[in-house]
Amino acid sequence: MPNGNLDFERPLVELESRIEELRRFTKEKGIDLSAEIATLEKKAAELQKEIYDNLTPGQRVRLARHPKRPLALDIIKLVFEEFTELHGDRLYRDDQAIVGGLAFLEGIPVTIIAEQRGRDTKENIARNFGMPYPEGYRKALRLMKQAEKFGRPVITFIDTPGAFPGLEAEERGQAEAIAVNLMHMSRLQVPIVVVVLGEGGSGGALAIGVGDRILMLENAQYSVISPEGCAAILWHDASFANEAAAALKITAKDLMELGVIDEIVPEPLGGAHRDATQTAANIKEAVLRNLQDLLKIDVKTLLEQRYAKFRKMGVFYRRKSADAESEG
Amino acid sequence: MPTLKDFFRSKPKYVTVHPIGKQEKREIPDGLWVKCEECGNLLFNKELERNMMVCPKCGYHYRVSARFRIAGICDEGTFQEFADDLVTADPLGFPAYPEKIRAAQEKTGLPEAVICGTCEIEGFPVVLAVMDFSFIGGSMGSVVGEKVTLAIEKALEEKKPLIIVSTSGGARMQEGILSLMQMAKTSAAIGKLNEAGGLYISVLANPCTAGVMASFASLGDIIIAEPKALVAFAGPRVIEQTVREKLPPGSHRAEFLMEHGLIDLIVDRRDLKETLAKLLRFHAPAQVGGGKADA
Repeated sequence: MPNGNLDFERPLVELESRIEELRRFTKEKGIDLSAEIATLEKKAAELQKEIYDNLTPGQRVRLARHPKRPLALDIIKLVFEEFTELHGDRLYRDDQAIVGGLAFLEGIPVTIIAEQRGRDTKENIARNFGMPYPEGYRKALRLMKQAEKFGRPVITFIDTPGAFPGLEAEERGQAEAIAVNLMHMSRLQVPIVVVVLGEGGSGGALAIGVGDRILMLENAQYSVISPEGCAAILWHDASFANEAAAALKITAKDLMELGVIDEIVPEPLGGAHRDATQTAANIKEAVLRNLQDLLKIDVKTLLEQRYAKFRKMGVFYRRKSADAESEG
Repeated sequence: MPTLKDFFRSKPKYVTVHPIGKQEKREIPDGLWVKCEECGNLLFNKELERNMMVCPKCGYHYRVSARFRIAGICDEGTFQEFADDLVTADPLGFPAYPEKIRAAQEKTGLPEAVICGTCEIEGFPVVLAVMDFSFIGGSMGSVVGEKVTLAIEKALEEKKPLIIVSTSGGARMQEGILSLMQMAKTSAAIGKLNEAGGLYISVLANPCTAGVMASFASLGDIIIAEPKALVAFAGPRVIEQTVREKLPPGSHRAEFLMEHGLIDLIVDRRDLKETLAKLLRFHAPAQVGGGKADA
């Protein structure tokens, strides 16, 4: 992956660098190549549309994990004002795989919870590659309870390969931390808007993912198991990850059809990494619109609707009628 | 205890069990005598069954079916199953999933990986849900999630204590994200039960991991585990593969969880019914004069 570009992006990147070369040539030598440039630009736009309209689920997985994809803090800084990070679970440690804090969204004070990966190796080690420990989830819950006390809405951002699987995580009750979050989020007496930014890795994602509205970036993924993990179990070979990604139905479009998410937030053509500012603007518009709707609903109704939302998820039959109990 | 067999006449003569050891798939041969997987002592098969599939010599707990557990917990003839008409769909069109379900149904005689019902335990009416590991590793898909939620809601509506015996490898991969959402659905229902002041006792049987452990199984007011049961978010194999951490012996067993303050009690299967009854008594309305005298 030279220059951090994915293989299916490469023809486009090559074309773009040729256009750039022609421009430079025009400037340096004073020869008018605008007709040629225009032709190539048209071609590039077509190519871009062709590539990104026809991405396979496996390719989308790689976009969701793109090394240049905007991370939670990048988005937070572009969407909110005066983000002030608050640290720690008050019990054990400050887990940097989850960041939380206060901010304003167009004047509305909100609590933000986000899973945060690192941009480089050093930061990734500090943030444990975005894989939270139990104390990360407990920090999230502490801040959500604080939000409830002060009547602040909660906005969460999901981007994690999963909850950290390790001995220390077990010792400190990883399963308990996740379960308790699911339970309390389902009853939290303030609106919750969830945004799946990049990778939604199973229980580790869901642990901050129970809310009134679930939004998902166009190229994000959300899955019960990583495609690699699924392929290893199913075909005993992690290299079948592309097949697994298709079988697991993990794209935003799939999840919309399955009734698990409420809205797909469009990304700039070519993916969020090509224009973080535009991505953030799209997120801001969607979060604000949904939040304004939710703020009109009284707490009792809000909790009833949130319960009903998750209550109906799942697909099964009843033996007698043999009709699918339609969900989603 | 001849009542066990009488209670479920359709049961085969021998109960299929899975030991806890490294080779998790081994089963007891259909002979008169079996050698205990743990201590190597020769045991009379009937005696082992009478002993609730716990080795009388070393206390080793064999894996047992949901039906077997129900018979061991409920007062005779009180178990009334509900929600047994829910049938698994294949919402993702996942490769070979319908075949896998059919094979599991044939192997276990169960429609899905959990059985729900109402029953009495030493006279106390409760709602009981029991999972079965032999049905696709007790994995939770839409049907398991729905049935568990129905059990929670029934406990809420009928104001009865809830007992769930969980044994599971986690969410069911073949139903993808819908399986994951069952974690939210069941936990939300427990949240409602909690607010209403309902009692929920969670019993963890071997093994209980991942999606089930990271949802309703961890949310009991009281959490009981069977001795040496493997209980974890990520099992030892997952950890060794992904993190390449060398694990100390017994790192994921009930005793380890007890030591780290994550469960309330470790209870031998042979004492489970008595323990549950005692816990139910603590939560029964107090009677003038101190209630039932305890010996």
